[in-house]
Amino acid sequence: MTTADTRAVPSDAALVSAVASGDDGAMGQLYDRYSAAVYSIALRVLGDAGMAEDLLQEVFMKLWRNAAAFDANRGGLAPWLVVITRNRAIDWLRKRRSETPVSDIALSIDPDLYSRTEFARKVGEIRSILEGMPATQKDVLEMAYFAGLTHAEIAAKTGQPLGTVKTRIRAGLLALRAALSS
Amino acid sequence: MSAHEQFSEDLALHALGALAGLERAALERHLEVCIDCQGELRQLQSDAALLALSTYGPVPPARSRKRLLKAVARERRSSGAAPRRFTPFLWVPSLASAALIVLAIFLWNQRSDLHQTLASLEGRHSAMERELRAAQDLVNTLTSPESRQVTLAPVKAPPQPQGKAYYLPSTGHLIFLASNFAPLTAGKVYELWLIPSSGSPIPAGVFQPDARGAATIVNPTLPNGVEAKAFAITIEPTGGSPAPTSQPILVGAAG
Repeated sequence: MTTADTRAVPSDAALVSAVASGDDGAMGQLYDRYSAAVYSIALRVLGDAGMAEDLLQEVFMKLWRNAAAFDANRGGLAPWLVVITRNRAIDWLRKRRSETPVSDIALSIDPDLYSRTEFARKVGEIRSILEGMPATQKDVLEMAYFAGLTHAEIAAKTGQPLGTVKTRIRAGLLALRAALSS
Repeated sequence: MSAHEQFSEDLALHALGALAGLERAALERHLEVCIDCQGELRQLQSDAALLALSTYGPVPPARSRKRLLKAVARERRSSGAAPRRFTPFLWVPSLASAALIVLAIFLWNQRSDLHQTLASLEGRHSAMERELRAAQDLVNTLTSPESRQVTLAPVKAPPQPQGKAYYLPSTGHLIFLASNFAPLTAGKVYELWLIPSSGSPIPAGVFQPDARGAATIVNPTLPNGVEAKAFAITIEPTGGSPAPTSQPILVGAAG
């Protein structure tokens, strides 16, 4: 992300078009714009800076190789990056679960570095809601989203009944929704 | 409890990818017919995406940028061509707010999934249509009332019941054509059996001959990969039997 006025910088569309034409300078600009978002998610899921760097590389190489795959019906670059990063990170995590138990993965979130006031405010609200949740509820949400565990796995891991896991996950998501719409 | 209430918690799990097994299958069946739950799932997926935004903060080391651009340059040199041009799509502003990003995530997820599913279904549908047309052509040729079916037999000999089985063991596909079969009394059917190289006879469908004494069986439920030693026909109670209850009236060894 950047603080520059959107009228003064090329749009995502223009940059990806340039990338599709082989412009590595445009690739650099897209990296500058979104690398922190991609890296943050990868680091959060994988809990390992080296692996997060590797996944960052993979995601942006996927963008480089597949620019032509985007079409008018598929939406924007930012959500693509967010979703592909989370899903690929979960793939990586699940493959190496036998090496490092999920519970042993260190989590790291640095202070908010966004300078966009509105974005920072929203991120702050989301974090505030998460922090305000009972630990049992926050944990089940994070186990599902950032560790890729099924509800049965979460129940087995936490000792909570299946029904309780379900209820807490839904309530947690609804609390986040309420935070964004407020 | 309404169906929506029943699935409300499963929807939240599904939005996080945390639902599995029979519960996931049941929910997906419900989603196919419930627009309300489809909408709620999309909303919950948007809610889930907020969790990703909560991670924002850490920045990658400077070496990652150099590594990426080096790999890009190397790949461009090795491929000898630039990536294909792309068709501009619905970009959100590059500095979109969190709300816009979340909304776009939801739209992207929905449309991407739908497009992939649609493409897959269209491909399968086309393939199945082709296969079905080919099978119909074959069966129609062999069984249509307009087809000329000629059985050569000794002069003055009464027509004998005949059956021809076309069997592909690797797929378990079977077409059976019957001719000159006598009508049966009420409560009885003819039943075809696949006699495997080892083991008990496997039911391969039942039939009642039409007025001309003809009948067909097309692709009965059979396990794949079973080598047939022979095929046989018995007379069984209506609905067929899991194992033969009478002596075969016709038997043919698989060549």
